Amino acid sequence: MLKRLRENKSAQGTLLISPTLIVMIGLLIIPLILTLIVSFGQRSPDGNVIYSFSLDNYIRLAGFSTDCTGGASFCFNPLYAQILWRSLALAFNTTVLVIALAYPLAYFIARAHPKRRTTFLFLVLIPLWTNFVIRVYAWMMLLRKEGVINIILGWIMGLLRIPFTPLEMLYTPGAVLVGMVYEFLPFMILPIYTSLEKIDNSLYEAAADLGANSIRTLLRVTLPLSMPGVVAGTILVFIPVMGTFIVSDILGGRQVILVGNLIQRQFLDARDPTFGSAASLILMVLTLIVTYFYTRKFGFGEEIVVA
Amino acid sequence: MASEFAVELRDVVKKFITPEGSEMAAVDHVTMQIRNGEFFSMLGSSGCGKTTSLRMIAGFEWPTEGDVYIEGKPMGHLPPFQRNVNTVFQSYALFQHMTVFQNVAFGLEMEGASKDEIARRVGRSLEMVQLTGMDRRRPRQLSGGQQQRVALARALVKTPDVLLLDEPLGALDLKLRKEMQLELKALQQQLGITFIYVTHDQEEALTMSDRIAVMSKGKIMQMGTSVEVYERPANRFVAEFIGESNFLEGKVKSVKGDQAVVDVPAWGEELIGIATGKVKAGDDVSVSIRPEKVRLTDKQGIKENSLEAVVTTSTYIGSDTHVYLDVRGQRFKVWEQNRISTLDPRAYYANGQKVWVTLLSENTLILPKA
Ligand SMILES: Nc1ncnc2c1ncn2[C@@H]1O[C@H](COP(=O)(O)OP(=O)(O)O)[C@@H](O)[C@H]1O
Ligand SMILES: [Mg+2]
Repeated sequence: MLKRLRENKSAQGTLLISPTLIVMIGLLIIPLILTLIVSFGQRSPDGNVIYSFSLDNYIRLAGFSTDCTGGASFCFNPLYAQILWRSLALAFNTTVLVIALAYPLAYFIARAHPKRRTTFLFLVLIPLWTNFVIRVYAWMMLLRKEGVINIILGWIMGLLRIPFTPLEMLYTPGAVLVGMVYEFLPFMILPIYTSLEKIDNSLYEAAADLGANSIRTLLRVTLPLSMPGVVAGTILVFIPVMGTFIVSDILGGRQVILVGNLIQRQFLDARDPTFGSAASLILMVLTLIVTYFYTRKFGFGEEIVVA
Repeated sequence: MASEFAVELRDVVKKFITPEGSEMAAVDHVTMQIRNGEFFSMLGSSGCGKTTSLRMIAGFEWPTEGDVYIEGKPMGHLPPFQRNVNTVFQSYALFQHMTVFQNVAFGLEMEGASKDEIARRVGRSLEMVQLTGMDRRRPRQLSGGQQQRVALARALVKTPDVLLLDEPLGALDLKLRKEMQLELKALQQQLGITFIYVTHDQEEALTMSDRIAVMSKGKIMQMGTSVEVYERPANRFVAEFIGESNFLEGKVKSVKGDQAVVDVPAWGEELIGIATGKVKAGDDVSVSIRPEKVRLTDKQGIKENSLEAVVTTSTYIGSDTHVYLDVRGQRFKVWEQNRISTLDPRAYYANGQKVWVTLLSENTLILPKA
């Protein structure tokens, strides 16, 4: 038995990945199948699942409803499509902003003296030691009507003798965007830093030697060579932003509902796991589609993940 | 061309701060003049300051003291792209995200050359290094030797006055290295531009160079043609670094012209030889005798410079036999050429065999110790 195992490379491989395989099957595949089954079910009046094969949840997600105002028997309200679209747009905006902020920072760290790099990377990671929720609450303290930003602004305006009414920043899409960008910045900085750090100094020198100034070196050499980091970071940021509900819950309140909030509320408040499951699956499919087209164009940033 | 010299280093010092925080001169008061169209090599062991010197010419580093002159003009803190020199990097430094064509075209695009001109010049450059037809490949898809050629083409396409090469053949295997040596030399002669070539391989430097600067610890030990540095090393360091030598310690008794008489206590002899550097009576010197310039005979030769010796080891290596001797208690090596094709073991010396060593004064070099 052992001897055969020693000779059989593929059996060795299977054995090696079996713990992962068990976890994946137990905690991913089976729950996924359960979600799929539940999503075709119906909610009983007391909030339980009636197993059936009904497309009601998906029809409802698409915006069609029989529960209409004005007595019509059938109506269309693209509420859920709007939520999905809003989530998609927010994830896109967050990712773009995060790249714009993370790239210069990662570049700065990668070009810093090797001794200082560790310190800077350390600083980037410090926020991650604090609980996610607490960090979002901190933003609430900043953005509130009576929050730190308004107090400081009011003080400055007072000095300038300009009348000032505190800004409504909390519970706006802008607040959610700021929170998301803040939360996910480190996940972009690190992969970009890794790919920048791997660019040999002699390549910058070669570019200078061949007549490129610093801007052209950045555009023609640095940026293309660090794309794997940007791609990896994009995947690490886009996918979680699509699904997260804490940031929008705390900073968006009832104003900014994302697909994550929708799902959460179906399970916890509305006690309709069937509709929640359907929404989860739609979110997953949507994320998969976006990721698929993105990675088909740019790859997974595997150079940085593998090398 | 305005100046007689393509590149000049005038009293250049480059200091670095070591990790321990102290100052260290990687290049220590170096002065050298490199003529137009010359194949000039900097030769020295690792860490002697060759790369640093080359980088100061390229403009990647600036001298702490002194200055670099290109075509007679002081370079000061001019950036690399404002100097008409180009570099072939030790690691090639090819852009992995570009094709061979794009790599070579990069420098021309930076000059703002037209598409037609770029295509024409890149084509010609790739032809020069025998890479025609490879222009669509990525550097990763090329062998080490081919990548080397791309690096060369990329630098040459800029038509620099001076090409700087930092151990360009270091990563290639021996056979390919020898081929490339000849090719580089031919290319340099065909183009007529100045090559400044850094290497730690003495054979490479001797084969390719018009002149060589032998460096040690940031200083130039000698500058001269291959023949000069081998046949007339300026001091013991050079004689030891280039080729092999027998060394004997001695004290100068008298000097006449370029000849000196040295008392060698180890042999209890006075030797006459050529003084290559400045020596005067009373100086401690090294006497250097190249092993291939000594004759072995069965009988005593000319009396005054014939010494009796015993063979301790004899190694047949094909073209030569390396004979290790004991000459009056001193180890001494002699390379005997195997001029006659024979199986007779006596032709190749046996251990314990008695022989006579004949030293000629024109092959005996009296060197300052520095
Ligand atoms: N950027 C640098 N910082 C500190 N020390 C350096 C730097 N570059 C080179 N050195 C030191 O200068 C000396 C000469 O280096 P180098 O010119 O690269 O030698 P070579 O090319 O002859 O091997 C070495 O001791 C090296 O450690
Ligand atoms: Mg070097």
